[in-house]
Amino acid sequence: MTAAASRSAALKVEGLTRRFSGLTAVDNVSFEVPPGAIHALIGPNGAGKTTTFNMIAGALKPTAGEVLLDGRSLVGMRPDQICRAGVGRTFQVVRPFGQISVAENVAVGALSWTDDLAEARRHALAMLELLGLADKRNALPGSITLPDRKRLEVARALATKPKLLLLDEVMAGLRPTETDRMVATFRRLNEETGVTIVLIEHVMRAVMALSHHVVVLNYGKVIAQGTPAEVTRNPDVLACYLGVEELS
Amino acid sequence: MIRRLTDGLPRRALALLLLFAVVMALAPFFVSDYVLSVLIISLYFAFVGQAWNLMLGFAGQLSLGHALFVGIGAYTSAALFTHFGIDPWVGVVAAVALSTLMGCIIGYLGFRFSIRGVYFALLTIAFAEFTGIMVDNSAWLGGSAGLFLPVKNAGSIDLLNLRGPPTLFYYLILILTGGALVLCRFLLNSKLGLYWQAIRDDQEAAEAAGVPLFRYKMIAVAISSALTGVAGVWYAFYYNNLFPESTFATGRSVELILGAVVGGVGTLFGPILGALILTPLGELLTALTSGLQIDGIKTFFWGFCVVAIVLFRPSGVWPWLAGLLKLDGRAR
Ligand SMILES: Nc1ncnc2c1ncn2[C@@H]1O[C@H](COP(=O)(O)OP(=O)(O)OP(=O)(O)O)[C@@H](O)[C@H]1O
Ligand SMILES: [Mg+2]
Repeated sequence: MTAAASRSAALKVEGLTRRFSGLTAVDNVSFEVPPGAIHALIGPNGAGKTTTFNMIAGALKPTAGEVLLDGRSLVGMRPDQICRAGVGRTFQVVRPFGQISVAENVAVGALSWTDDLAEARRHALAMLELLGLADKRNALPGSITLPDRKRLEVARALATKPKLLLLDEVMAGLRPTETDRMVATFRRLNEETGVTIVLIEHVMRAVMALSHHVVVLNYGKVIAQGTPAEVTRNPDVLACYLGVEELS
Repeated sequence: MIRRLTDGLPRRALALLLLFAVVMALAPFFVSDYVLSVLIISLYFAFVGQAWNLMLGFAGQLSLGHALFVGIGAYTSAALFTHFGIDPWVGVVAAVALSTLMGCIIGYLGFRFSIRGVYFALLTIAFAEFTGIMVDNSAWLGGSAGLFLPVKNAGSIDLLNLRGPPTLFYYLILILTGGALVLCRFLLNSKLGLYWQAIRDDQEAAEAAGVPLFRYKMIAVAISSALTGVAGVWYAFYYNNLFPESTFATGRSVELILGAVVGGVGTLFGPILGALILTPLGELLTALTSGLQIDGIKTFFWGFCVVAIVLFRPSGVWPWLAGLLKLDGRAR
């Protein structure tokens, strides 16, 4: 468990704002994730969840606000620097490297902390095993199923040895049994390595099972936060989800 | 090192490659002067195609101005030789330094300011055309009248000054092509190569996985322009004359890369195969139609080849041939 402490990080988001020509996609969002915690970021479509991730990971510059990883500001850093600072992220719309094998996709992630390609490949294989993708290691990403490509996203992000893992709807499209397996994997990872996790998820089954704390976004604003049980009882949350999603 | 190079290569592929190398090494003893000259120019295109492919096929950066690096390499070494008598073995160092510098300048402008895809290609074209105009106006470099290397006693071999018969240039370019193939295989199977491929396939995803885009793209353009600069030195000493118009023109750049495109962008053997198919075909066509006085027949033919490839073998001839030869995908 010595590795555990070194692989968790605290995330603090303060007044994060992003405007796209007129539209404020993320509006003064603040939340904190303690080291080793699992937080969920939920909200209806277009609420600004992915945009929030993009700003944390450096893919988008915030219009205003701060992102702190263990007290250190990430704003202004390049995505690859943020990755090496300990933030691993997945993409909601999967973005595999299409012309290299599944194993090599994951090895790219591992190369962020090692120059030894053989070591990166070994680590990649371990990640694939963890996610149940080992038998697909030589396949090209285009030839595996969408749920498998989602797992590949996770494996590649995990291979970077993140202290903070940002998961953007990685369980969308999975069958309930597959969701449960993925949930178990994340929980085990979190327990074993202490990795801090923030997940965007529409699958409430996963949110309920995994997260200690839920942040709810609507029209770019935080409208509620608390334990999963608290937010699902919150009338504002229920209102914004009304007719959109089934909270159960 | 050797093991790492052959690792994952099927026996069949190695055996075929060895056979190919032997055939190429013995070719000058069996073929006519004319066929040798065609082989020489084919290998030249294979070598430059390999260097260019490293940038587009491996790292995903399209250059349509590679004639620039050939030209810089050629003019640098030729000017040093004609004006100061500096031999090409020293000249090549200066030539490579200058072409790499030029590659890095273009790379810096393109990658720092996120000029991507076609716009980056336009940047490379602009630099090539611009340099061509500069050379055209430089009396020191011969201007539009051309720069001529002193030709000494053609019969004897003067290795130091690279003066000698075509066979000398054949073996030189054969070694260069073989060396580039080995180098590219080595690079492709390293961290560098994997990072390049990640950038090529999805640059945002690569960046999110920790790949410093700028640095790795710069390395690609530096290696590619350096290798192409070497080709320029060879070119200058083989042809003994250089004209800015034909050296830097965009048509030249396109000609340089057609072999790689036809053979298979992103493959290791594609540029070699493509050049060995396309150049002899082009020569044959020129020979067949020489009496007919049809302008631009070669250009037309090349256009036809590209269209045919895009329609029928969009990933190039080599992946298809490799399949026929039952070499598995990894042996590309
Ligand atoms: N690059 C962009 N340019 C302009 N508008 C954008 C951009 N990215 C996102 N938006 C807009 O910002 C808003 C928030 O988008 P975002 O992708 O963050 O939503 P989300 O909460 O992730 O939704 P979903 O659940 O559908 O994934 C949307 O209205 C979207 O159209
Ligand atoms: Mg989203």
